[in-house]
Amino acid sequence: MYNQPLSDHALIACPHCDLLQRLPALVPGASARCPRCDKELWRHREDSLNRTLALGIAAALLFVIANSVPMLGLTVVGRQAFTTVFGGFLQLWQDNEEIVAGLVLFAAVIAPGLQIAFVLAIVLGAHRERPPRWVGTLLRHLPTTRTWSMIEVMMLGVLVALIKIAELATVIPGAALFALAALVFVFAGIQACFDRHEVWERVEWAEAGARPAAAGERLAEGTS
Amino acid sequence: MSAALTAMQHGLQSCETCGLLSRPAPGEDEGRCPRCDEVLEFRKPASIQRTWAFLIGAAVCYIPANLLPVLTTTTAAGPESDTILQGVVLLWSPTGWPLSLIVLFASIMIPSAKILALAYLLITVQRGSVANNEQRIRLYRTVDLIGRWSMVDVFVDAFTAALVQLQPLMSVRPAAGLFFFAAVVVLTMLAVESFDPRLIWDSVSSREAPANGSLSPRERVGVRG
Repeated sequence: MYNQPLSDHALIACPHCDLLQRLPALVPGASARCPRCDKELWRHREDSLNRTLALGIAAALLFVIANSVPMLGLTVVGRQAFTTVFGGFLQLWQDNEEIVAGLVLFAAVIAPGLQIAFVLAIVLGAHRERPPRWVGTLLRHLPTTRTWSMIEVMMLGVLVALIKIAELATVIPGAALFALAALVFVFAGIQACFDRHEVWERVEWAEAGARPAAAGERLAEGTS
Repeated sequence: MSAALTAMQHGLQSCETCGLLSRPAPGEDEGRCPRCDEVLEFRKPASIQRTWAFLIGAAVCYIPANLLPVLTTTTAAGPESDTILQGVVLLWSPTGWPLSLIVLFASIMIPSAKILALAYLLITVQRGSVANNEQRIRLYRTVDLIGRWSMVDVFVDAFTAALVQLQPLMSVRPAAGLFFFAAVVVLTMLAVESFDPRLIWDSVSSREAPANGSLSPRERVGVRG
């Protein structure tokens, strides 16, 4: 059964301490913090949708490169070996570490891939005047993909592996390594540009018809 | 709002997913968010029990994760197994020591600090502590932020094993400890997810609020309905 929304939709509770408060209207670039626990409640990002779309496309291209070309290679006494990101999963799988292999695949490939796909779909859907219901569904699952998407952690892991192996053999960094390094920064950019609050404010509600008029619309009707 | 009052004390539920504040149907403790369809409750269900369960699981796995080898290197001289701590020592060299320190932090200090920090948060919440709320919420956010970095060693081992396949010269295979180590990382991340930070503030909120509840929440916040 659906809860009943409040008529004053600026009223919110802090997600970290549940303090009831009114979210102020913010100019782009400004942010609001909880007075009790200092949690950032909302940062109004400038030109959020366009910037996120640009970064999302860049992330998608880098992601494809990072997963299709070799990441690391080595030569030792005339012998060569290469591995891709997927190779990290494959070797663990073949060595009967299926669960760890699955975790590596999920954190290094599946979750980042879903994160990019979700961000692109959300941003494209949110360009419409009234973003459809599925935008909300994707937005709801976006934090889960972000929690488990660990490109930056993998990058550090690859770096450590590289140094370790460099003592035994000559290591050749592959193109995927550079694509991944760029991807770390693009992900940070998406994080800094994407404004979830803005999309939630406009999205079509799960309970059709319950959506109260937004602040602007209410003023126009003169009923506030 | 002179006394700090929470949404729960007003009978309102805040959606963890989309942030919408809404009122459950009369007599109900559970409902769905009208905006994003998420199941809503005043606090995460059985948060303390679930967090303890994940945490105890992580603490149990922490022992084999550190005692069992995570990698086996096979060379002409025969197989040799390394635990996580041995990997840190092996990495220690005039040029490699910064990375050695990173692995030491990510693989050994962060997981144990995380287990201790969450246990501290759970115990203080269960005792109804009202002291150090700001520090405790900061501790929770730090644990949430740095927890993912313990995965570093899993990636190090995965890609070392993937790359060093030069049979019969030298080959590297994952060993039994890796599974337990990965389990520690995943279980502590799940523990952080199931902990509800609002519990830290509930004791102080109930002390500051009017004890008799004579103020009608609807009047105070101007709720429709």
